Amino acid sequence: MIKVEGLTKRYARNVAVDHISFEVEKGQIVGFLGPNGAGKTTTMRMLTCFMPPTEGSATVAGFDVRENPMEVKRRIGYLPESPPVYPEMEVIEYLEFVGRIKGVPKASLKSRIDEVMQKTAISDVRNKEIGKLSKGYRQRVGLAQAIVHNPDVLILDEPTSGLDPHQIIETRDLIKGLSGDHTIILSTHILPEVEAMCQRVMIINKGKLVATDTMENLSSRLHGAETVAVEVLSRDGTSSPEWVRSVQEKLEKVAGVSRVLAKEAKDSNDSRARFTVESQTGSHVRPELARAVVEAGWQLNELHGMGLSLEEIFLELTASSYKEKSEPAPQAAAEEAK
Amino acid sequence: MNTWTIARKELSSYFRSPIAYGVMCFFALIVGFFFFSAVRFFLQQSLQATMMGQSVPLNVNEWVVRNVLNNMSVVGLFIIPMITMRLFAEEKRTGTIELLVTSPLRDSEIILGKWLAAFILYLTILAVTAINMLVLFAYGNPDWRPMAVGYLGLILQGGCLLSIGTFISATTRNQIVAGVATFGVCLLLWVLDWVSQFDSSKLFSVISYLSVTSHFESFMRGVLDSKDAIYYLSVIVFGLFMTSRAMESIRWRA
Repeated sequence: MIKVEGLTKRYARNVAVDHISFEVEKGQIVGFLGPNGAGKTTTMRMLTCFMPPTEGSATVAGFDVRENPMEVKRRIGYLPESPPVYPEMEVIEYLEFVGRIKGVPKASLKSRIDEVMQKTAISDVRNKEIGKLSKGYRQRVGLAQAIVHNPDVLILDEPTSGLDPHQIIETRDLIKGLSGDHTIILSTHILPEVEAMCQRVMIINKGKLVATDTMENLSSRLHGAETVAVEVLSRDGTSSPEWVRSVQEKLEKVAGVSRVLAKEAKDSNDSRARFTVESQTGSHVRPELARAVVEAGWQLNELHGMGLSLEEIFLELTASSYKEKSEPAPQAAAEEAK
Repeated sequence: MNTWTIARKELSSYFRSPIAYGVMCFFALIVGFFFFSAVRFFLQQSLQATMMGQSVPLNVNEWVVRNVLNNMSVVGLFIIPMITMRLFAEEKRTGTIELLVTSPLRDSEIILGKWLAAFILYLTILAVTAINMLVLFAYGNPDWRPMAVGYLGLILQGGCLLSIGTFISATTRNQIVAGVATFGVCLLLWVLDWVSQFDSSKLFSVISYLSVTSHFESFMRGVLDSKDAIYYLSVIVFGLFMTSRAMESIRWRA
């Protein structure tokens, strides 16, 4: 449905998007994951024909964004980061306007708007001014706007940013519900969001595509090794460097643990010892860690798995791809040793 | 078709905000005042003329209509920026320009639609002032033809300033900047012909030719001169063309 090859956007001083290539099949939901400023919005803007690429090509439903922008625009529904609504308009009036400029035939416009309002659950505010709606409602009006002409492809730029948790869940469900009829690309910088909605994920950093994989593969890659935070209290409420060292040694002996890092105490009166424990792939160390601490007679104050932050994922992914590339390194290292 | 959709949307937002009513009210009041003082002056003059035994009555067109039209053309310079300043600047600020640009619309349809809406609002504002002229018809016997030519001149002059304002609005995301800059340009185009009053060299006559008001004089006198009409029409086209260039730059730089 969407085919992108070597897509590049260069500004005078920097490269926003650097030779990105990917393909999206019909009916898929694909997540575009990356930190702010990674080039997600720029890529989306090139796909929606808002701006032309400097290099490379992108085709949507068989039409090139450069040669046939009109046909592409007709087949894309786009929700920019802030919903492009006119605050002084009423909801129904706004959807009518968008339907008209998107080329919905006049005869079916009314029924189409009713359908879309039902899908996005905004029928109850149809005659309200958009400027007076809550943020969640406004986001849904934005979504309604994107699907009013029943496009093949939906492009959503951070559809849940700025919403409260309840609204986020609503919006996610709504987007999932739309996936049957549309191919969807959505961008986000929140990892759980991709996990909740997407079948495939593309990770983009500094304008480059770092990884593209199915959600299952990616999570197994990421969750193979676990990092656990442990906080231990000594029996008598005092703490000494010797004691901390003994706790560290005890934790290191637990099966499956690969590394234990002690954290600096905040002040000398602190009776807590904090550690970051890294485990080997495939081992479940948390119960064992708890047992080890309790059996030694200390108090276990805290024990929790630390999810990988987006930054860590990037580090991990870029590091692993770097390793793969520099596979035939031993020889060079041997030479260096000489 | 699409052009009209855009124009309708712009018009409805004009009439939903206080801008349209404010500008209309301001213009009607000021023109009403000009009209009132012109009529008073005319009455005084014609009374004097009759007392001095002049047999031919003074011409209403010459004494009232021409005066009022001239003033309207100057006041027009002040209201044009208020009409055009939000056209593109607002959409760029709120991001709705992305909706328009990613819809299957041609740039020309967007630009024409917006200009057309501004033009229709301007026509409405002019129409309100026509009430004054109707009063003349009720109590006097003015010639409608020079009056119509005068209004045509106002319409053309407005159209060309509106197109310049549309262009300026497309270059910024700040309404106030767009408004002030448009006002500055309008003012400049108004005073440009003053230079020809004290110097008639080639350079100055070219500069004076660029002035919008120098082309309005013939219309004001009731003379339909194709030279002046062509000036106005070409400025309209030029302004709209520049707007399309500015929109192109939104795409490249956004």
